[in-house]
Amino acid sequence: MIQTARHAVEQALAAGASDAEAYASEDRGREVRAHGGEVESLTAATKKGLGIRAWMGARAGYAYGTDISDAGVRALGARAVEMARVADEDEFAGPPVPVRLMDPRGSKGAPELSDASVAAWSAAQIAELALATERAALAADDRVAGVEQAVYADSAETVTVASSTGIDGEFERSSCHAYAQVLAEGAEGGDGRETGFGFGLGRGPEALDPEAIGREGAMRATAMVGAGKPVSRTCPVVLDPTVAASFVAIVGRGLGAGAIQRGRSPFAGRIGDSIAGEILIVHDDGLDPNGPASAPFDGEGVACRRTPLLEGGVLRSYLYDTYTGRRDGTVSTGNAGRSGYRSQPSVAFSNLIVASGRFSFEELLRKADDGVLVTDVAGLHSGVNPVSGAFSVGATGRAIRGGALAEPLREFTIASDVVSMLGAVLACGDAPRWVPFGGSVSTPPLLVGEMTIAGS
Amino acid sequence: MNSGGLIEAEVAERVLTRALTHGGDFAEVFAERTQGMTMAIDESRVESVQAGSGEGAGVRVVSGGTTYFAHVDGLDPVELERAASEAAAALRSGRIAPRGLEAVVATTPHPIERPPDDVPVRDKASLLHQLDERGRAVGAEIAQFTASYAEVRREVTVANSDGLFTSDDRTRVRIGAQAVARRGSSVETGAETLGGHRGFELLGEDPGEIAASAARKALVLLDAGPAPAGSMPVVVGGGFGGVLFHEMTGHGLEADHVQKGASVYAGRLGDRLAQSLLTAYDDGRMPNEWGSDAIDDEGTPTQKTMLIEEGRLVSFLYDRLTARRDGAEPTGNGRRESFRHLPVPRMTNTYIAPGDVDPEAMIADVDRGFYAASFGGGQVDPATGDFVFGVSEGYLIEGGKVSRPCRGATLIGNCVEALAAIDAVGDDFEMKTGVCGKAGQKVPVGTGQGHVRIRAMTVGGTEV
Repeated sequence: MIQTARHAVEQALAAGASDAEAYASEDRGREVRAHGGEVESLTAATKKGLGIRAWMGARAGYAYGTDISDAGVRALGARAVEMARVADEDEFAGPPVPVRLMDPRGSKGAPELSDASVAAWSAAQIAELALATERAALAADDRVAGVEQAVYADSAETVTVASSTGIDGEFERSSCHAYAQVLAEGAEGGDGRETGFGFGLGRGPEALDPEAIGREGAMRATAMVGAGKPVSRTCPVVLDPTVAASFVAIVGRGLGAGAIQRGRSPFAGRIGDSIAGEILIVHDDGLDPNGPASAPFDGEGVACRRTPLLEGGVLRSYLYDTYTGRRDGTVSTGNAGRSGYRSQPSVAFSNLIVASGRFSFEELLRKADDGVLVTDVAGLHSGVNPVSGAFSVGATGRAIRGGALAEPLREFTIASDVVSMLGAVLACGDAPRWVPFGGSVSTPPLLVGEMTIAGS
Repeated sequence: MNSGGLIEAEVAERVLTRALTHGGDFAEVFAERTQGMTMAIDESRVESVQAGSGEGAGVRVVSGGTTYFAHVDGLDPVELERAASEAAAALRSGRIAPRGLEAVVATTPHPIERPPDDVPVRDKASLLHQLDERGRAVGAEIAQFTASYAEVRREVTVANSDGLFTSDDRTRVRIGAQAVARRGSSVETGAETLGGHRGFELLGEDPGEIAASAARKALVLLDAGPAPAGSMPVVVGGGFGGVLFHEMTGHGLEADHVQKGASVYAGRLGDRLAQSLLTAYDDGRMPNEWGSDAIDDEGTPTQKTMLIEEGRLVSFLYDRLTARRDGAEPTGNGRRESFRHLPVPRMTNTYIAPGDVDPEAMIADVDRGFYAASFGGGQVDPATGDFVFGVSEGYLIEGGKVSRPCRGATLIGNCVEALAAIDAVGDDFEMKTGVCGKAGQKVPVGTGQGHVRIRAMTVGGTEV
């Protein structure tokens, strides 16, 4: 792939670009969906493609495609130049520069990202893993009425980036995940159905525990049987790690320098300010050995690293790619995110990590005393205003009474804004979890002192 | 013989024969070529100018309840046959012969007058500058403005072992505008889109209006107070208000959810679910509408399907597999994001048919309630029927009149209860464009309705 990327840079320069960068990737993936004790679908696929960024001085353009033949690459280079001619000038636009030389075989300091079990496990083995996940959910509790879907998916990818400014790197990475969507109903069956989601992730199928995934889905679904609406009020809230991760991701996006520079973040101008509870420590770490998003370099070939964001409640840094770094008179923090060859790089957190606290889950409940445990949120894509940080989202969970879990709750909303919420975090749990939805986040459960809940 | 498509009949027949080498009830090859372009304006600068293209094919073999699927980039016949072998690899039965292909020329009700590819790229950049000027001119408090332009041409060819061989050529254009208004420490946003299964002629009339509309929404919200919290009557606006029906009923009518018992509408066909004033459709043939196509992604012609007839549930939405399972006819709802995805039952353009109530009269009947003029989006769990919607533009209703704007409201409820609680449907009507996500696949959908009133629903604001 690296030859393709280098060739693409040459072709863009030949077409008239003053500078160029190419990103090429190849991905082999599989997916099994199981339902009712049978394999519902088995997918095997390879995909590869190439994206070229071309600069004409201070103008930038992009073109991508799947045709990586000589003629295809030449056409793509010319197309990227054509796009650049249409863009307006931007004095900060320009190619990435290597901040640190990279070893093209995967750099020193970067964690091992590939697991041999992805290639070693046969289609029959991964099908059995999905089926075992479903069986575990069905066996976990009499109230489990079915499993809507048990899914296993994996991928092994090769990513390369090359540029006219000396970027030249390639790495391989594997990943897999499995999940179960479980249905439960009450003994009488009259209360309607409840759903619960269990999941696990790793670099290879050996790291997955189908029993645990099925059981988690079953437990989450059955816990909701007989749920009612809470009374509208303001109270302490404990956020399950899957829910805490969603809010931490909103904070992470607000700390991207792109949002800051364009006045679309509630964290603009707050560096050095105390904006969160003292116990809150958050960093971005693109090299974390267990991070799903870990890589030796980011989407434009700049080395990944660890960047402190919140320490003792104080805001320490924003996240930068090459463009935003140049615009702020600083350098990239290795946070050019890229969702594949079809997208241009833009600032994104890599792995966002909330440091563990010292409280067990039970201690968090005791501290909350009278409040709500939120186990799931819905409507994050529509219920959050990223500019102001205000949000109102749908939630399900459990009442907390006398410091212990009480009846299940559904059909209520929680509302606040992310800045107030950070300030109201009173305690962090001691058991963090990796959550891959909407970005890679590791967080323990969090106790928030006060939030508005709306129910009946 | 040629369907006017991306692969020759002879190649398709070889691929299907190969796919059924080890048995199977059904085989299909889906070939696709896409070519698109997007650009944006931000800080009054045109940027992110991007052109993309791709082609590839997916081959599936269905045997009993199991689907085997493989996809490849490119349309090289050798690679297509390799994908067919890969899909067939896990099967163990004897060879089955596909039926000979018979080309079907799909008729399209979606003529393209001005292919966007024929329009100079600079004209598209000028259009964005035009939107930017228009949006910023609405008021001095508009602090930021961004707009985007997107065009895509998607050609597809479908051939299957039942002998179907057909093609479609789809062009879509969409523009969007987002404004941010600022006054002191208050920051509010407004957004608007315009799109269609159409060419550049879509932008012929007054594309700048969406920029002005986005800016006006953001300005109105600067005066907003906190949203109320609690249960009250809710009037939902026309157009994008239709996302309410899309989420709370449309998804639950998709046959894959129904057949797994993961829908609150399972077993309810023929039941009265709403008052008789409610009739609703899914219509993939609405001319030039955003969610329209000539055929679905399995080659079934799109159609107008009545879902709710005067309050009674009359149909689910089917693709081929789910239709076969129910002994029903496919409804032309087998859609896929690309050749890399398996088709699943999806909505096209879904809407509540116009009623006979004047929207103002609908509001005049409400003493204290909430007016959700527009949504940012929504989400539903079809199995429980629980849904949530983010309100992007909302107002209090006091004494039968729309009073002050509210920020940060969410509507939450249960589909079955909310559908039954619709007690008025407006005589106005509007369609809006959306992008719907399901099973990790995004497809363009249209949503529509006039004003609709729900007797009681939970509004999730911060004012308890």
